[in-house]
Amino acid sequence: MSAGDDPAIRARGLTRRFGALVAVDHVDLDVPRRHVYGFLGPNGSGKSTTIRMLCGLLTPSEGQIEVLGLSIPQQAEELRRRIGYMTQRFSLFEDLTVSENLEFMADVQALPRTVARQRVDELLEEYRFADRRRQLAGTLSGGQKQRLALACAVIHRPELLFLDEPTSAVDPESRRDFWEKLFDLADAGTTLLVSTHYMDEAERCHRIAILDRGALVADGTPAELTDRLAGRVLLVVAPDPRRAQQVILGVDGVTSVAQVGTSLRVLVDDAGDGVRSHIRASLHPIGPAVRIEPVPASLEDVFVAATRRRNTCEGVAT
Amino acid sequence: MNLRRLRAVVVKEFRQMRRDRITLAMIVVVPVVQLVLFGYAINLNVRGLDAGIADQAGTAGSRAAVMDMLATGVVSPVLEVATPQELVDALRRGEIGVGIAIPADFERRKAEGAEAVQVMVDGSDTSVQVAASQLAQMPLATIVGLGEAPIASTPPTRPVSVVAFYNPERRSAVNIVPGLIGVILTMTMVLFTAVAIVRERERGNMELLIATPLSSAELMIGKVLPYVAIGFLQTSVILALGMWLFDVPIRGSVSDVYVAAGLLIGANLTLGLLISTRARSQFQAMQMTFFVFLPSILLSGFMFPFSGMPRAAQWLAELLPLTHFLRLVRGVMLRGASLAELWIDAVALVAFTAVMMSAAILRFRKRLD
Repeated sequence: MSAGDDPAIRARGLTRRFGALVAVDHVDLDVPRRHVYGFLGPNGSGKSTTIRMLCGLLTPSEGQIEVLGLSIPQQAEELRRRIGYMTQRFSLFEDLTVSENLEFMADVQALPRTVARQRVDELLEEYRFADRRRQLAGTLSGGQKQRLALACAVIHRPELLFLDEPTSAVDPESRRDFWEKLFDLADAGTTLLVSTHYMDEAERCHRIAILDRGALVADGTPAELTDRLAGRVLLVVAPDPRRAQQVILGVDGVTSVAQVGTSLRVLVDDAGDGVRSHIRASLHPIGPAVRIEPVPASLEDVFVAATRRRNTCEGVAT
Repeated sequence: MNLRRLRAVVVKEFRQMRRDRITLAMIVVVPVVQLVLFGYAINLNVRGLDAGIADQAGTAGSRAAVMDMLATGVVSPVLEVATPQELVDALRRGEIGVGIAIPADFERRKAEGAEAVQVMVDGSDTSVQVAASQLAQMPLATIVGLGEAPIASTPPTRPVSVVAFYNPERRSAVNIVPGLIGVILTMTMVLFTAVAIVRERERGNMELLIATPLSSAELMIGKVLPYVAIGFLQTSVILALGMWLFDVPIRGSVSDVYVAAGLLIGANLTLGLLISTRARSQFQAMQMTFFVFLPSILLSGFMFPFSGMPRAAQWLAELLPLTHFLRLVRGVMLRGASLAELWIDAVALVAFTAVMMSAAILRFRKRLD
C-alpha cells in the first residue's frame, strides 16, 4: 500500500452540534493528495467548523476523520507537526516584526537552527518581504498580512495546508497573487484545503465541495459540477427585464432568475424543451422574447441550484 | 518539554513587552507610586489628634493633668474653651477629635477617687477611638468613649505602657514597605499573566498557537518566565527605595527576602494563569484579579492585624498567598529571622503554586471547544 495514494483527508458522517444548532451535518469528504480542494459556501455554512474539526481543534460530535493516515482527534498532536493552518482572522503577532513572526514560527516548529535561519531568509525573499523584514506585522496592508500568514503557515513545509477564507479581506490584485502562491505549493506536492465564498476562487480549485447550512450539497471538479447542469441554464433577452424577471419566476420549473446586465439568467430544473416554451408563453403579455437559449452553466449556477434544491425540499417538508 | 519552543515563547514575550509602553511603565511606576503613597501618606499610628480643652478647675493639679496628656503626643491642643458643652459642639462640627473636660471640683473628686477628668472621643472614627484610649491608661483619667464600657480589670491608677519591639519609633513605613513588596507583586503579577494570555485569545493568536506542536506546558511556562524576571525587578526597586527613602532595615539575609519574593511570584503567576483559562476578555481577567486582590489587602495582615480578625476570616486569609508572604518577609526583614525558621509559610506558598499550576495546565485545553 503506497501511502502517497491514500486521500489526504477522509471524513465520514462528520457532525458538530453547538447546543441545538447543527453547524456541520453528516458530511462525507475525500480530499485527494496534491490537490487544491475548495470549500464553497456562504457565511455560516459550516466551513470553518469543518476545517477546525479536520485539524483537531474541535472535537466532532459524531463521525470519523482520518487525516494523513492519522485518526483525528485522537492523534491530533502528531498531526500538528505535519499541517499548516491559516486562520480566517489574521492571527500572527501584530506587535512583532515580519521576521520576528517567521522566526517565532520556525522555533515553534522546532526547525534545526541553521535550517530555520535559511528558511526564514528564503521565505522573506519568496514572499517579497525582504525590504519589510523589520516592519511590524500590524502595520502591513491586508494583502501583505495574508502573504505573511501563508509564509508562516508553510515554514515547516507541511504536507497539508488548511486555509480558512484566506482572501476575504484582500483586494483582487493581491488575491490573484495569493492564489499563484497556492498553486506553487500544490505543484510542490502540498495538499491544500481552502474555504472561500468567492466563485472565481472556487473555479480555480481542482475539486470543490459546496456546503450549505452544515450539509455537503455537491462535490466534484468544477467541470463535473457545471456539466451536470447542461441545458438547465437559459439566457433570456426580453424587453423590460425587471418585469420579465417577476413573470418568469412564476413559471413552473424555474429555480431562479438573476439579471445580468440587460439579459436574464434563468435556472430551470429540467433540461427539456417544456419549461422553455412555458417561459416563452409567459412573456407574451410584456412583449415577444428576443432570445431564449441554453448557455454553459457557471459555478454560481451550480451553487444556486445546489442550495435552492435544498430550500424547496425543506419547504415541502414543513 | 522542548527548550527551543520554550525559548521561542520567552523571546516573543520579551519582544512584545518591549514594545508595550503601558506595561513597561506599570512595571516600574506602580511600585514607586505605591511606595511613596503608602510610605508617606498613610500613617496607621494616630498622633497629633486635634484636641479641645475645657479646664473649669484651673488649679495647679488640673493643669498638671492636662500637661501629662499632651505629653503623650497623641493629642495636640487646638482649642481652649470654658465649658464642656462647647467641647461637644466643636466635636460635632469636626473641629476637634478629642475633648478634655476638667470639672470645677477636680481637686475634690481626685481626693475622693471619683471620676476627675472626662475625655470625649469622636467615636465615628475608629482609629481615633483606639488612639484616645491610650489617654485612658493615664492615672486619674476616666474615659467616656461613645458606647464603651469601662474595663473593670484595668486598675485606673496603673498606666499600661506599650513598648513596640522592632519598630520602636512606630514608624509606619518600616511595617509597610516589606508588606508593600507583597501587595505590588500580588497586583501586577496576577494581572499581567491573566491579561497576557487572555489578550492572546482575544487577538486570535491562540487559535494559531494551538494548531502548532507547541504544548500547553511550553506555552504557559514560556509566558510566565519573563514575568518572574519582572517580579524580581519590582522587588529590587521597592527594597532599594524603601532603604533609601524610609531607612527600612533588612535584618535577615537579603537572599532570604528574594527567595520569599520568588515564592510569592510563583504563587501569583500561577493564579494569573488559572484566571486566564477562565476569563473570556481582558476586562473579565481584570475583574477576577481584583476579586483576589481586595481580600488579599484586607485580610492578609497588611492593613489590619491578623490576630484581630474573626476565625472565619483568618481561615480565608490562610488561603491567600499574600498572608504567608507577609509573615515571611516581616520575619526576615524586621525580626532578622531566617526562612528555615519560617518554613511553614514557605511550604504553604509552594503548595499553593503547585495546586494552581496543575489546575491551570489541566484547564488549558488545546482545543477550541
